[in-house]
Amino acid sequence: MSQQKKPGWKELAIGDILPAGTAEKFETGDWRSERPTWHPERCIHCLFCWVNCPDTSIIVENGKMTGIDMKHCKGCGICAKECPVKPDKAITMGPER
Amino acid sequence: MAKFVAKTGNEAMAEAMRQINPDVVAAYPITPATEVVMIFAKYVADGLVNTEYVPVESEHSAMSACVGASAAGGRVMTGTSSQGLVYMYEILPIASALRLPIVMCEVNRAISGPINIHCDHSDTMAARDFGWIQIFSENSQEAYDSLIQAVRIAENHDVLLPTMVTTDGFIISHCLDKIEVLDDKDITAFIGKDRKPNNSLLDLDKPTTLGSIDLQDYYFEHRVQVAEAIKNSKKTIIEVANEFAKKFGRQYGLIEEYKLADADYAIVALGSTCGTAKVVIDELRAKGIKAGLLKIRVYRPFPAEEIAQALSKIKNVAVLDRADGWAGQGGPAYAEIKAALYKSKTPPKMINFVYGLGGREIDKDQLAHVYDCLKNIEQQPDVQYLGVRE
Repeated sequence: MSQQKKPGWKELAIGDILPAGTAEKFETGDWRSERPTWHPERCIHCLFCWVNCPDTSIIVENGKMTGIDMKHCKGCGICAKECPVKPDKAITMGPER
Repeated sequence: MAKFVAKTGNEAMAEAMRQINPDVVAAYPITPATEVVMIFAKYVADGLVNTEYVPVESEHSAMSACVGASAAGGRVMTGTSSQGLVYMYEILPIASALRLPIVMCEVNRAISGPINIHCDHSDTMAARDFGWIQIFSENSQEAYDSLIQAVRIAENHDVLLPTMVTTDGFIISHCLDKIEVLDDKDITAFIGKDRKPNNSLLDLDKPTTLGSIDLQDYYFEHRVQVAEAIKNSKKTIIEVANEFAKKFGRQYGLIEEYKLADADYAIVALGSTCGTAKVVIDELRAKGIKAGLLKIRVYRPFPAEEIAQALSKIKNVAVLDRADGWAGQGGPAYAEIKAALYKSKTPPKMINFVYGLGGREIDKDQLAHVYDCLKNIEQQPDVQYLGVRE
């Protein structure tokens, strides 16, 4: 347990109303039971995965898919489901270890 | 200019809403509260208010829309009853936890089942532990006055809690009553033209997160903030009532005593039954029987100290509950009043009558019977169902 002293109810923001963007600091990746794998050699950079990811965990640079933010990806599999590449998808799901 | 007019409870609440002129109203119709928002919707359509009216598809959505609009910084109102309030339950404690001063017109009606559209307090009583302030009304005038005060109470920065003002279904909501309607300008001056929120979801310069996850380390502290706000609200309710009395002449408090000071026998009640009780008391007093009434106007925060003080000098007390607590020990008011008197050095002898469920008539004879029972309180059972057939 952390020894750092936490603020009391008088110091905390009322109603837990906080500056925006706090979800970034909360790493939800360890909730995952399934893990996405990106196969860059098959990726056509259509960004369907980026559009559909509910946790903004698809990392895009200069209009191209570059990887998955595994600290926040909860392994929902929507990216793999939506990936249109055939016959083998550019994102596949497997068990988290 | 203030003027006297004939209005039902629902019309009185709709009139107060017109004068409050909230930024957003989100509501779904339900008997007997339908008229409140129906009349108000007409005011919106006629351009008499500046309100954004959101005709949602359910009460769950109504309260959710109210939460969003209030988080955006608006002055927000709604109205409902019975199953509608029950359907809002999931969102009610979120409104108080986010400290959103939503004001609700709640028309007390029995909750199903069996299905019933008439008055009892089971809907409001079941919502008593959600961090909302609850104000009961004896008649249309009180509903009108309390609704105006509720805006000030809820928005006070020491409080910041949602507030419901209740009337009794049909008994108040649909009965014509003479009420004094205050001047529009006086209402605006009393409540302030706009709400002054600490933060707004629409503030792009200061973006905020609302409703974030709050686990073992912080949830407890945020709940204590609500507990403190409810405690603080007592002082604000009294201050607002006093200012209202100074400006408009009608005095309100957390409780009201009627011929209680020297009473041998007292009834405790909430809502419209208090009006009937006052008539019965006058008749009993004419016969030399020292009868009195303690009316509870504000149920949340629960005025435990005030009630204990008022009842500690009475010999025999009957608490009237228009709801059963389903605890096997009578109604909720009885349980809380007993608890309030636990530390009293001179507690009264006390019994409970659960009455009027599903709109069952409560008349003068039945209330006179209650006072009669108080004369031989030792022989009375702890809890009785008044007027129920065996």
